[in-house]
Amino acid sequence: MCRLAAITSEKYFSPMENITALETMKEGHDGSGMGLILKNLGGEFKDLKEYPVLSGISSNTGIDTINDHMDSAGFKLKHSWSPKIRPVKGIERHDNYFARVYDYPDKYKGRSFEEKEQLLLKTRVELRKTGEREGSVTVFSFYPDVLTLKEVGDPLQLGEFFSLDKSDLKAKIIFAQGRQNTNYAINLYACHPFFIQGYGAMVNGENTAFIPIKEYLMGRGLPGYIGYNSDSEVFAHILHYSCRHLKYPLTYYKDIITPLKASEIETRKDSQAARLLKMSLRPLCIDGPNCVMGFTPDGTTFMAQDAKKLRPGVVGGVKGKFALMSEECGLDSAVAKRDKSKDIFPMKYDMVIIEPEAREVKVWNQLQGWTATTS
Amino acid sequence: MEPAARLDRNHQLTLKDFPYVINWSDERCTRCGKCTAVCPMFSIEPAVVVRRRVRSEGVNPEPTTTRQVVSVVKQVNDIGKYCTGCAMCSLVCPNDAIMPEYNPQHKFLFHKNRGGQPYRRGGRRNDPQISTLDRLKFTRISMLTDPALDAGRHEFRIRTYLGRILPADELPIKLVRGSLELDKKSGTFIPPVREIYPIMIGSMSIGALSPNMWEGLAMGITYLNEVEGMPVVMCSGEGGMPSSLLRSRFLKYFIPQIASGYFGWDEIVRTIPHMIEDPCAIEIKYGQGAKPGDGGLLMAHKVLKLISEIRGVPMGVDLPSPPTHQTKYSIEEAVAKMIQSMSMAWGFRVPVYPKISATKTTKAVLNNLVRNPYAAGLSIDGEDGGTGAAYDVSMNSMGHPIASNLRECYLDLVMQGKQNELPLIASGGVGKKGNLAANAASLIMLGASAVSIGKYIMQAAAECLGDEYNRCNVCNLGKCPRGITTQDPKLYRRLDPDKVAERVVEVFKSVDVELKKIFAPMGRSTELPIGMSDGLSADDPAIAERLKISYAC
Repeated sequence: MCRLAAITSEKYFSPMENITALETMKEGHDGSGMGLILKNLGGEFKDLKEYPVLSGISSNTGIDTINDHMDSAGFKLKHSWSPKIRPVKGIERHDNYFARVYDYPDKYKGRSFEEKEQLLLKTRVELRKTGEREGSVTVFSFYPDVLTLKEVGDPLQLGEFFSLDKSDLKAKIIFAQGRQNTNYAINLYACHPFFIQGYGAMVNGENTAFIPIKEYLMGRGLPGYIGYNSDSEVFAHILHYSCRHLKYPLTYYKDIITPLKASEIETRKDSQAARLLKMSLRPLCIDGPNCVMGFTPDGTTFMAQDAKKLRPGVVGGVKGKFALMSEECGLDSAVAKRDKSKDIFPMKYDMVIIEPEAREVKVWNQLQGWTATTS
Repeated sequence: MEPAARLDRNHQLTLKDFPYVINWSDERCTRCGKCTAVCPMFSIEPAVVVRRRVRSEGVNPEPTTTRQVVSVVKQVNDIGKYCTGCAMCSLVCPNDAIMPEYNPQHKFLFHKNRGGQPYRRGGRRNDPQISTLDRLKFTRISMLTDPALDAGRHEFRIRTYLGRILPADELPIKLVRGSLELDKKSGTFIPPVREIYPIMIGSMSIGALSPNMWEGLAMGITYLNEVEGMPVVMCSGEGGMPSSLLRSRFLKYFIPQIASGYFGWDEIVRTIPHMIEDPCAIEIKYGQGAKPGDGGLLMAHKVLKLISEIRGVPMGVDLPSPPTHQTKYSIEEAVAKMIQSMSMAWGFRVPVYPKISATKTTKAVLNNLVRNPYAAGLSIDGEDGGTGAAYDVSMNSMGHPIASNLRECYLDLVMQGKQNELPLIASGGVGKKGNLAANAASLIMLGASAVSIGKYIMQAAAECLGDEYNRCNVCNLGKCPRGITTQDPKLYRRLDPDKVAERVVEVFKSVDVELKKIFAPMGRSTELPIGMSDGLSADDPAIAERLKISYAC
C-alpha cells in the first residue's frame, strides 16, 4: 500500500528526512516507487524563486526535444540541476533527471502572474504530449519554486540513487510518497504527489469514484486536466478546481470531496450555499478510503480523510516544523521532540490545516467550524 | 360438388395452433365449474360429449358396449377466445385438474387478425431473451486495495436529484468573511431540485390501472416516505389524479403527467390554487418505449364513472391520446414552450421534464434540453417498457433498447461536461427477469440518475400474470384477472389495495438492501455511483464495446 510523508517547516530541510520517515513506515508500503515534490526551494534554487522550474526525466534525444520546444516558446535557460546518480541494484536508470530553471519569454515580462501561470501550464502540457508521442520526455511540473522528482523503486534506495543524502537540495515544504500506483500500469506519471499550478496533493488509498470524477474534471474545459494515469491524480485537480477556478476557501475542499448529508448541511451557517455546492459538485465526491495531503500556492498544507473508511494519517510537530504522516512512527522520525499528546488524528469531518512556515495547526470541522489550534 | 371443408372442419384451427393448450384431467376434475367461470377469455367451456364404453366383466371376454353422456371441460378453438395462459383456471381449481401449457409451435400471429384488425394487446415485448441489462456484471470489487464497505454497518445515501443542477461556476454564491453565501441579488434562476430515491414508479394512469391498484401504489409510496423515510416518488400517468390527493399534503410524492390527450388536466389546473404542497415534478409525455411514435388509448369499456370524472370526459367512449401533442409542431414548441408553461403554472418551483421513447433521435431531444435552462431532466423509456394497450407490432418491433440509448446520451453529456446538469431517468425493462436492483444499479453506472419501473411493481406488488411468452397480456381488454388493469368492479374488487401497498413497501425495502449489497463491495456509499462505468463488465464483447465498458469472460 502507500505511505505518505509530508513535512512543512520554517527552515530549509533535506528530502532525506521524508525518505527516512517513509523508511520507518516501510511495513505499510511495498517500495515500488517514490515521488517527491519540493516547494519553497533552498540550496542553489534559493535565489531563483521567481523563475519557473521544469522538472522531469528524459532520454538523451529528449533533451534536444526540450531545448527545441523551450527555445521556440521563448524560454531562456537560467540554471540547470541534475541529481548525481549513484547506481543502485534494481533501479533502472533513465538518461537524464533534471530540474531546469527558465526565464520567461520576453513578451511575458510585464504580464500578470496569472498569465504566466497559464503559459507554464500550456508549455508543460505541450511538452508532455510531445514526450509521450516520442517516448522521450516526462515532465512533472513547471512552476516557480517547485521541484519534482519521481522514479520507480524503493524510497531509501532512490534517495541513495539520487544522492540526496549528499545533495544540498533543500526546501521548506516536501511531500513524499512511497509506492507506485499499481492499480493501473506502472507509469511515472502515475506516481504521487501530483501537481498543477501551485497546488499539490498525494493520497493514500484507492479511489472508487475515479471514473465519474475524471470525466467531470475533463469536461471542465480547463487545460491541465489530463493524464489520470493514477486514480489519485484527480485529488490534486479537485483542489485546483475548487480553490483556483471556483475561488472557494480551502475548507470547502473537504465539503466537496466528502459532502455532508442534507440534514447536516442544515445545521451550517452557510447552508444555502453549501446545499447548492453539494449538488453542483456531486461528481467530485470521493468514496474513500482516502487520506489526502496537499498544499496550496501560499504554502498552506493540509490533511483530510474520507468520510467513513479512513486511511492512516496523523499530524504533529512543534511550531516551525510540522509533519503530516501516514503513521506515528513516521512522525517520530520527522519530529521526534514534540508533545505527542497534541498529535492530531483527523476524523471524518476534520481537515487539519497548517499555516505557511509551519506557524500553527488548525482543525476545521465540517459541522463545527474551527475546533482546535496548535502553535 | 360441395367442398369438403365444412365436413372435415378444414379452415378451423387446431389446438396446436394456439399459444396455450389446456391440459385438463378427466379423472381429477370434480366438475365444479370454477375454471370455466373464472376464465377471462372464455377459452374453456363446459361441454357434454357422448362416450362409447366397452366393458367385459365375466371370465370370458364378453364385451358389451354402452354409450354415456359425460360433461367435460373443453378448450375453444376460436381465435377470439384464445387461451392467454393466465392460469386462473389452475388457481381456482380445487383438485389440480387443469393447467394451460405453453405451445412453442403455435401460429397465433398468423391468425390473430380476423376482421382485418391487427392484434392489439397490453403487456410487454414478447421477447423472452435476457436483456442487455442482465448481461452486465459488477466486476470492480474492492477487497484489499480498498476495504469493502459493510452493507449492514456503514451509512449509505442512496438518493438522487431530480431537477436541473447549475454548474458550479454559475452558482449565485459569493464569499463573505471566509464563508460562501447565497447571493440573493444576483438574479440567477436557481432551478428547483428534489432529492428522491433513485428508483421511481413510472407513469401508469388511473384508467390503465384499476382504482384499487393505483390506490395501493399511492398508499405504498406515501408509507415509504412518511414512515420509512424513503423518498420514493411515483408518476401519475396520463389521466389526472384524484382531487382529494391533489389537495393533500401527499401531493409532494407524486409526479402528475401531462400527455397529448391532456386528460385530467382540467381538474389539475383548477385545483392548483387549492394545493397545499407542490407536486414532486411534472412529467410531459412525448413517447413511450413500448410503442414509440404511437399514441395512447383507453378503450371505451374501461371508461367508467370514476375515470370519466377524473378525466373530465363522458363515460363509455374511446379515449385516444394522439401520437404527438397536436398543438405543437416543432421540437422547440413541443418541448420548450410546454416546459415553460408547466413551470410557470407552479411559479417555477416544480421541476418539469419530458419523457420520450428511446430512439436514435433521443440525442437530438437531449441536446435541445441541455440548452433549455428550465428543463429538469430527461426520462428515456426503452423498448422493454410495458403498456396498457398497443398494437402487437408496435410492441414487438418498434423501439430501441434502453442500455445503449442511455449510455450514448450520458456520454454525450460527458463530452459537453454537462453530465451533472441534466439528470437522465432510464426505464423500459428494468427488472424484466426480476433482477431489479442489479438492473437499476447497472443503468446508474451507465449514467442514469434514476430509473423508473412499471411492470416489475405490477408483478411484485399485485401478482400480474403477464410475461414475455404472451401470457395474459390482456390489459387492453379490461379483463385483467388480477384486477390490476381493469375498471370492472367485479374484477378489481379481487385486488386488496392494502396488500398492494404492503408489497410496494416490501419491494422498496428489499431493493434498498440489495442496492447496498451491490454498492458496498464496490466501495460506493456516499453518492450514487452515476457513470461509474469501470465497475461494469459485459459478457459479450460487442455489448462491451457499444457501451464503452470492459468485457469479462
